[in-house]
Amino acid sequence: QHVFMLFRQGKLRLQKWYVPLSDKERKKISRDLVQTILARKPKMCSFLEWRDLKIVYKRYASLYFCCAVEDQDNELITLEIIHRYVELLDKYFGSVCELDIIFNFEKAYFILDEFLLGGEAQETSKKNVLKAIEQADLLQEEAEAPRSVLEEIGLT
Amino acid sequence: MPAVSKGDGMRGLAVFISDIRNCKSKEAEIKRINKELANIRSKFKGDKALDGYSKKKYVCKLLFIFLLGHDIDFGHMEAVNLLSSNKYTEKQIGYLFISVLVNSNSELIRLINNAIKNDLSSRNPTFMCLALHCIANVGSREMAEAFASEIPRILVAGDTMDSVKQSAALCLLRLYKTSPDLVLMGEWTSRVVHLLNDQHMGVVTAAISLITCLSQKNPDEFKTCVSLAVSRLSRIVSSASTDLQDYTYYFVPAPWLSCKLLRLLQCYPPPEDGAVKGRLVECLETILNKAQEPPKSKKVQHSNAKNAILFEAISLIIHYDSEPNLLVRACNQLGQFLQHRETNLRYLALESMCTLASSEFSHEAVKTHIETVINALKTERDVSVRQRAADLLYAMCDRSNAKQIVAEMLSYLETADYSIREEMVLKVAILAEKYAIDYSWYVDTILNLIRIAGDYVSEEVWYRVIQIVINRDDVQGYAAKTVFEALQAPACHENMVKVGGYILGEFGNLIAGDPRSSPLVQFNLLHSKFHLCSVPTRALLLSAYIKFINLFPETKATIQEVLRCDSQIRNSDVELQQRAVEYLKLSSIASTDVLATVLEEMPPFPERESSILAKLKKKKGPGAVSVTELEDSKREGGELNGGGDRGPDTAAMAASNTSTPSPSADLLGIRSAAPVGAAPSSAGSLLVDVFSEAGPTAPSAAVNDDGFLRFVCKNNGVLFENQLLQIGIKSEYRQNLGRMYLFYGNKTSVQFASFTTTVSCPGELQSQLNVQTKPVEPLVEGGAQIQQVLNIECLSDFSEAPLLNIKFRYGGALQNLTLKLPVTINKFFQPTEMSSHDFFQRWKQLSQPQQEAQKIFKANHSMDTEVLKAKLLGLGTALLDNVDPNPENYVCAGVIQTKSQQVGCLLRLEPNAQAQMYRLTLRCSKDSVSRRLCELLAQQF
Repeated sequence: QHVFMLFRQGKLRLQKWYVPLSDKERKKISRDLVQTILARKPKMCSFLEWRDLKIVYKRYASLYFCCAVEDQDNELITLEIIHRYVELLDKYFGSVCELDIIFNFEKAYFILDEFLLGGEAQETSKKNVLKAIEQADLLQEEAEAPRSVLEEIGLT
Repeated sequence: MPAVSKGDGMRGLAVFISDIRNCKSKEAEIKRINKELANIRSKFKGDKALDGYSKKKYVCKLLFIFLLGHDIDFGHMEAVNLLSSNKYTEKQIGYLFISVLVNSNSELIRLINNAIKNDLSSRNPTFMCLALHCIANVGSREMAEAFASEIPRILVAGDTMDSVKQSAALCLLRLYKTSPDLVLMGEWTSRVVHLLNDQHMGVVTAAISLITCLSQKNPDEFKTCVSLAVSRLSRIVSSASTDLQDYTYYFVPAPWLSCKLLRLLQCYPPPEDGAVKGRLVECLETILNKAQEPPKSKKVQHSNAKNAILFEAISLIIHYDSEPNLLVRACNQLGQFLQHRETNLRYLALESMCTLASSEFSHEAVKTHIETVINALKTERDVSVRQRAADLLYAMCDRSNAKQIVAEMLSYLETADYSIREEMVLKVAILAEKYAIDYSWYVDTILNLIRIAGDYVSEEVWYRVIQIVINRDDVQGYAAKTVFEALQAPACHENMVKVGGYILGEFGNLIAGDPRSSPLVQFNLLHSKFHLCSVPTRALLLSAYIKFINLFPETKATIQEVLRCDSQIRNSDVELQQRAVEYLKLSSIASTDVLATVLEEMPPFPERESSILAKLKKKKGPGAVSVTELEDSKREGGELNGGGDRGPDTAAMAASNTSTPSPSADLLGIRSAAPVGAAPSSAGSLLVDVFSEAGPTAPSAAVNDDGFLRFVCKNNGVLFENQLLQIGIKSEYRQNLGRMYLFYGNKTSVQFASFTTTVSCPGELQSQLNVQTKPVEPLVEGGAQIQQVLNIECLSDFSEAPLLNIKFRYGGALQNLTLKLPVTINKFFQPTEMSSHDFFQRWKQLSQPQQEAQKIFKANHSMDTEVLKAKLLGLGTALLDNVDPNPENYVCAGVIQTKSQQVGCLLRLEPNAQAQMYRLTLRCSKDSVSRRLCELLAQQF
């Protein structure tokens, strides 16, 4: 996988790059990609060839989720990667909306990192991913109460 | 403000985000951001030490601003500080900032690496995961250097937690992808394979991505994974939908893992062990059977997950290409999908069937779906699906259905999307030629092609039809008749005029008996198009006219009159004027015999690979060529560069050379097919096998620079080879940095001992170029190859080359050789596109005498256009079209990136095919660069 991103008309909400590129190249690519996808009509195929990559995208309400994958990668399973991520956000935020992702953008990144790492699926179990994130949230609440935190997380 | 369901209550951040969202205009947003940046800057610079919470909040704000698309040039240090906080959330935000905004500031990298090191050794799984995520997200070379040996240890250690193992596996994968040379295989590799047996499905899911990547590169070392993967797959496929608990996705057991297992198996041939193979075939059959079962859920996620596995299984079946039964079943399954209501499935079925069409076992089965596919081409609403249908028609085409498929593609072309027309045209042209039984059908098809999609018919296509007509006398009369009819159309495409002019000029006599196409009628028809045509076409028509004078003496007076009129003989275009003058003279002074000799019918072209096929291959990349084509081209390959290559534009030469006409002069100037075999090797693609071309055998001399000059315009290849040693090079450059991989291959069966290599920059080069490397292993086993990486930084412009000294013992004797490393100043070019106006403006600005360097020299290599273009592109500059008023000339522009400055360079190369000479002119903003480039390039052409 090369890039994972999330956008609506004109606004990128989240982007994660799995190949080394300069800022300038990233901006150019994401602009091209967004334009290409926005130009497509509803009911069109979710896959398209783009340069030497394949784009897999899906629209949820006004938000588009898209992945650029390599030629030999499996399109359908990538489509379900997107869906699983949406499910994770939905479960974590409780019926997620775009504002959740805007105001808690850092959480959206943390959830993505637990699910996909280096462009590959790390953990596909919804329970396990959310458990990891919730543990982290717990740590943060406890962190307010000082001491003994380190020992505790060592055990969990 | 919306209710923030979870989060760490950074109120200041939420307020800031709300403010930004409330901004009415872009300007207001920028203003608000600048205010915030100033605020944060003052907080960071202030005397009061910030507490962890504030630091976290401000870093988070910076991150938000960056993600909005603004540049952030401070705050890195504060983020790095957060890494060593022992509060989890502060650390987490610190890592996020670093992951998103890393830059290769060396000071910071060291600090970041230190923090990561601490977290990795903390034995706290949550901290370890954060650190591993950071490495996987950044994946820089510096991180690989620091951690590539540590992570495999974490991955296989017995006491590592599962979640850490998962992160470690994918982290290592990222490092292996960016710096394969730094991840050394070792004892850990065999233990990694056994992770396929791990109880924790998440660990298997993560580990298998790593194993697949490693297997692709080192198949032998990992081949035990095949039987493990088969048994894992078999357990998943046969499990009930609830067995795998949370790894079941919409009633499909472990779809991601199943796909990855099937993908891993595609790195290997079918298992040799009968039992393993039997079990695998069983799995594949089960997957195919399940596709026929009624769905367990109506949700699209269920069918997507199920079909994802099915398509991956079909890919494996196609990869094995050895089980006729499975291949045919796969084809039938895909056939059902062709009519599925889901667009996605139709798309994938068309795509997958394309590869099935090239297997001998399933080709016939694929053909049975021809009507459905034709229907898809006509009715699909999405162009990307139609494109797949066109690809599939092309792949399933053979002698039996060619006429039908070509006819359908032609009729589709009338309405086809602009984006795919050119490719469609090439495909039609190739199929028409490949499966032509009677050539009149072929001629009809190509003329139709020009009629329907003339703008998309490239030169290769119409050159080819002329080559074929010239070589086959049974079709010449028909071609003349058809083209004559086609030219009757009131609006006809210029390409049609070109083909018409050429063919009537050669074979107009074959239809001249009919009063409706008498010589004068033919001439008037052609000449009626003349004034609407571009210069090259007019030049071609003039040549056709002089051929008419020879074929039909009765047209001589009319044609001479045309040639004599001012618009020809005083035409402002030199080429046209010259042709008019010379043809007029030729027709008035030469005797009939001489005229007949000079203007004799074209001799047959040498048989060679279709230039159209070569173009399609270039367009689609080597993978896109079907099996049958590969075989065809192998057969033709022997003749590729054989037959006499005609010069780039022999017409021009013949035209300016009429005083001593040679009987075979190719007056109408059909450009020869590009020697496709030669061009790609200089293209400098990293995909080119490094050892694909054998270098010359050179004796070890003082400093060997034989190989050096061959690399000016390319980056990969064999630098040196003798009886003992072969040295290959792969290199890549970006901005002022480069990386060169050297491969030392021991060609003998005996070990090389004390193998050492030293790279040195002699003299002033030391201050201009920075080359860093690590020592290589001192032993090179017989038949083995070792790799060395050089990191190169260009500090300022330079003229000398670094030297590579290699010393080793072979059978007791010390070998010593020194080579010039092909690091030349042009490697640091960034191409620059510019318009003709800009080019000449800059050209004039660089007019001081010392800024220019010029050389006139004799051609040492082919002057073929394609070869020249490939070389100029390999040079690293942008090759600018339509800039030089003379289309024979080449102009290029680029900027050389050095650390200290940028040097703009303009280049002009003027070939003179007749004299076999070039004039090369360089103008650069720095005079030493002009001189050096001129020196280097003068030896390339």
